[in-house]
Amino acid sequence: MTPPVDTRDPLEQLMDHLPALRAFAVSLTRNPSSADDLVQDTVVKAWENIGKFQVGTNLRAWLFTILRNTFFSSIRRTRREVADPDGVMAGRLSVKPDHDGRLALNDFRRAFDQLSPEHREVLILVGVSGFSYEEAANMTGVAAGTVKSRASRARAKLCVLLGMEVGEDPLPGGNAEHMAAIAQSGNEAA
Amino acid sequence: MSGDKGKMLVKGTIDENLRRVYEETLEEKVPDRFVALLEQLRKRQEKK
Repeated sequence: MTPPVDTRDPLEQLMDHLPALRAFAVSLTRNPSSADDLVQDTVVKAWENIGKFQVGTNLRAWLFTILRNTFFSSIRRTRREVADPDGVMAGRLSVKPDHDGRLALNDFRRAFDQLSPEHREVLILVGVSGFSYEEAANMTGVAAGTVKSRASRARAKLCVLLGMEVGEDPLPGGNAEHMAAIAQSGNEAA
Repeated sequence: MSGDKGKMLVKGTIDENLRRVYEETLEEKVPDRFVALLEQLRKRQEKK
């Protein structure tokens, strides 16, 4: 992610990043009204600390970092330190992809909701927002290797929640591999 | 098992759905409260 250097006042650029900040906030909080409160806190903090922003570096990454730090310190106050963010395993949903190979969006959303905030965060940062493992590592304060393994655990967990085998071909192609995968998952279910 | 190819397909399916969920919010109009907030911050900055 190396966008061309924007020479405008960073405060003026804030507006451009609001949609992404809101989408990231909704991904973390899973609640539109807490998400907007979180974005508001982030904007005010960014404004107060704008002098610390190094012009020419990635403003979105800087804003996302403020947002996620604000979010995690607020939930730390309300939940006990979670030793294992992979923690509580929610009930397994049995959802198969539609015929067009897409999952029903509601089923996907429900599974996503059941991930830990750490898992939702990593999937949004590296899976959707296009940040590299290194960038995400800087933003979340962990090693790049941790980001990578967390992302892969988060994907694996989504697969379980969605009733997909990791490594299973989700597209119905009628090929031998796919039929074998179906047969195998049928056996496991039996 | 279909190995790496299957893994890539699963990753692709997951990332595509993540993008759809994310874009639902991304494409919403930014609420007026943020326009007002930025306006307020800008005024405060001018006073400094």
